[in-house]
Amino acid sequence: MGAKDSGSPTAGRDVEARVDGEAERGVPPRPTAGSELSKPDSGRWVEELSTEGRVRDDAVARLHALLLRAARFEVKRRRGSLPHLRGDELEDIAHQSADDAVVAVLGKLGDFRGESLFTTWAYKFALLETAVNLRRRAWQGRETPLEPESWPHFDDPHASPEADAERSELMAAIGDAVATALTPHQRHVLVSVALNDVPIDVLADRLGTTRGALYKTIHDARRKLRTKLAESGLEVAAAGEGARP
Amino acid sequence: MLEPGELGRLLGPGGNELLCESCFEELDRYVELGLGDADADAQIPGMREHLEGCPACREDYESLRAFVLSEGRKAR
Repeated sequence: MGAKDSGSPTAGRDVEARVDGEAERGVPPRPTAGSELSKPDSGRWVEELSTEGRVRDDAVARLHALLLRAARFEVKRRRGSLPHLRGDELEDIAHQSADDAVVAVLGKLGDFRGESLFTTWAYKFALLETAVNLRRRAWQGRETPLEPESWPHFDDPHASPEADAERSELMAAIGDAVATALTPHQRHVLVSVALNDVPIDVLADRLGTTRGALYKTIHDARRKLRTKLAESGLEVAAAGEGARP
Repeated sequence: MLEPGELGRLLGPGGNELLCESCFEELDRYVELGLGDADADAQIPGMREHLEGCPACREDYESLRAFVLSEGRKAR
C-alpha cells in the first residue's frame, strides 16, 4: 500500500472554520440504528488498529478488505457514467481508492468519536475516495466551461401572460445579479458547479484549491445573489420552494 | 410562483447550512440516525440544507446510505 496521495480527497479534512450562521450543534446522543444493521465491535477495531505487530497487521488487512468492498460498490453504482472505462480499469480505481481510504482512516483514527459504528465511519472514506477518483476520470481531458451552457429557464406553456412577465423580470434580475454582484471568481465557480454540472472536486483540482474552499465560495456567491434580488424587490424562498416576484 | 430546478441550484438552500468538511465529519452519524428512528435533521442542523446545495456531498450521502443498507441486508 503506497504513501498517501496528496491529491486524495480525504487529505487535510480537518475541522473547518464555520461560516457565519452555520448551525450550532450540541453533544449528540449515541445513535442506535447502526447496531441493528450489524454488530461489529467499534472499540475493538480502534484498539487493534492502534496497536503494533501482527494484531495491527491483521486488522489493517481486514479494514482494507472492508473498504475495497465499499469501493467496488461505488464503482458499480457509477459505472454507467463511465462507459469508456474497461472492467480492469474500474477495478484498479477501486483498489487505489481502497488503498487511499485505508491510509486516510489510519491517519484519522484519533478523530473517530464513536458516534456511529466504526465501519460506517470508515466506509465514508472509501466511498468518497472512489467517487472523487471516478469523477476525475470522467472529466479527464475535458474542459470546464466558463460560461453557462444554458441560463435557467422556466418555460411553462400553461403560464399566464402575467406569470411570463414575472419570470422574465426574475430572469433579468438574476442575470444582472450574477453579472454585477459577484466577483469573477465567484461567478466562475458558481456557474461551473451549479449550472454546468462540473463536479466540485474536479474544479477544485484545476483551480488548485479544495472542495470545502470552493463550496464556501459558492455559499458566499449565493448569499450575495439573494441579497441583490431582495434589494430588487424579489423575495427568493429556500431551494425547493420556488421564488416569488 | 416559479418552479424550482435550475433556480434552486443557482441560489441554493438559503438557510443556515454546514460546509463540506463538517458535512463529511457528520455523514456517518447522519446516515445512521436517518436509518433509525431518530430525527437526523433535528440532531444535525444544517446537514439537510447542505445536501440540497452541494451535489457532491449529496452523492456521498446517497452512496453511504445505500452501502450501509446493503451491508445490513447481508448481515441479516
